[in-house]
Amino acid sequence: MTWTWFHRLGSPPYVYTLAARLTPWFAWPAALLIIGGLWGGLVLAPPDYQQGDGFRIIYVHAPSAWMSLMVYTTMAVAAAVGLIWRIKVAHAVAASCAPIGASFTFAALVTGALWGEPMWGTYWEWDPRLTSELILLFLYLGYMGLRAGLEDTQRADRASAVLAVVGVVNVPIIHYSVTWWNSLHQAPSVMRLAKPTMAASMLVPLLMMLLGFTLFFGAVLLVRLRGEVLSRERSASWIREIVKA
Amino acid sequence: MSQFFEMGGYAAFVWPAYAVTLAAIVLNIVWARRALARSREEARRRLSMRGEGP
Amino acid sequence: MSAYGSPATGVAVQAAPVARQAWAGSRQAPMLEAAGLALARDLQLAFRKRGQLVQPLAFFAMVTMLFPLAISPELARLREIAPGVLWAGALLASLLALEFLFRDDAYDGTLEQYALSGQSLTWLIFAKTAAHWLLTGLPLALMAPLAALSLGVSAAAVPGIVASVAVGSVALSLIGSIGAALTLGIKRSGALLSLLTLPLSLPVLIFGARATQLAITGGPLLAPLELLAALAVLGVTLAPLAAAAAVRISLE
Repeated sequence: MTWTWFHRLGSPPYVYTLAARLTPWFAWPAALLIIGGLWGGLVLAPPDYQQGDGFRIIYVHAPSAWMSLMVYTTMAVAAAVGLIWRIKVAHAVAASCAPIGASFTFAALVTGALWGEPMWGTYWEWDPRLTSELILLFLYLGYMGLRAGLEDTQRADRASAVLAVVGVVNVPIIHYSVTWWNSLHQAPSVMRLAKPTMAASMLVPLLMMLLGFTLFFGAVLLVRLRGEVLSRERSASWIREIVKA
Repeated sequence: MSQFFEMGGYAAFVWPAYAVTLAAIVLNIVWARRALARSREEARRRLSMRGEGP
Repeated sequence: MSAYGSPATGVAVQAAPVARQAWAGSRQAPMLEAAGLALARDLQLAFRKRGQLVQPLAFFAMVTMLFPLAISPELARLREIAPGVLWAGALLASLLALEFLFRDDAYDGTLEQYALSGQSLTWLIFAKTAAHWLLTGLPLALMAPLAALSLGVSAAAVPGIVASVAVGSVALSLIGSIGAALTLGIKRSGALLSLLTLPLSLPVLIFGARATQLAITGGPLLAPLELLAALAVLGVTLAPLAAAAAVRISLE
């Protein structure tokens, strides 16, 4: 087992060109999967026997909610790697994640509210999942605010990395406490949006959307990563080649 | 066709939800490309300030 | 720099011998001794600026006063919202004091001295956080019953309220120390500090308000109190490590 691939991932010029080369391999499958998932979800899947066509919101809500958590986890892992091994590229990955995650957390909240109105009769229910999602949005905003507040990139990298790691330790505690709090105050008779077993025609578009969103995250991350890597390199000669091109 | 857009009476909820998510996707593409372009512009300016730029 | 210049360093020089006498008799591990000295120094400094000590308490009292004025003077209704009022007030008051946790020591170089002293920075940060709790969390816990009584809560609830605020504020101080250390050196960091600290403090708010509510209604409050204590223990073990790392990053 050689570690050369790992060391090469710490080298900014290698990462820059690799990211540029990989982007289409994420972007095009993502586009195809999302378009296919939209077709399957909006047209092919039959209406739900309880929720009618309203259930189709799941095809945008669930992938957005999945993104919000997956991106946060990616960000925290990258931040931890950057802190422990002092790898600049890892910090660049973490910094690239935050705006992507925040935007999809926002989308998950809005689509959740739009789903809540026809199903619960109210746009906002203090449901544990929606509440946790709202708290996650604040965690993202705090991370971005801290980065914006610190002018020195290196300090911003390391300080925001500590915050991301502290946040990821807290996310399960927050989620548990919010669930516990909710169970005290709410009768469990509120209609649950749980899906007992989904028909394949409903499930396949959902899986396509989940995979498509994940690949989309990869593509956007790679583009942002190139920008972050460039802004962290002050004087390297390889930049000259890239800027000229 | 119009039946499709009515979404069984849920049009007022389904379509805004899809619009918001689509907006998130498009904005992410735009923002990411703009951030990359800005970094490249800054790098170019840094190099030219030190007299070694293109 | 006249006689009043750089008060913190001046006091540190004077405070150290006093504190050392208190600790001289004990044969503790050196890091515990250093932490004890730092704690004694912070307390001594705080008592020379009594005005600042009272501010969070006055703030807490004022927040409590807002609710009867904003909602209704009916004690029955106030009793119902009392746990929320007390905990939101305690959370905000503790947050208000956080901004000063490391700020003066960062300006006058004390933190840098701590980092270079060869002592464990984690322990020194823990000592500073402990001083912060002794100066805000504990007084808040002692004042919470007064606020509760003014909201129509019966005197029987007092022990439960004191216990829950005392334990919960330990966790609040520890969580806050991370945010305070991360925002060191940022100008006008107050809003950012709240944005960083409040989401992480929500479990404390939830369990604390629940314990207080059970204390008021006379229910069994041991379960939420234990959960609060668990959060405090988790905070004691992890928060000083994170805060010390953050302080080190700010000094680089």
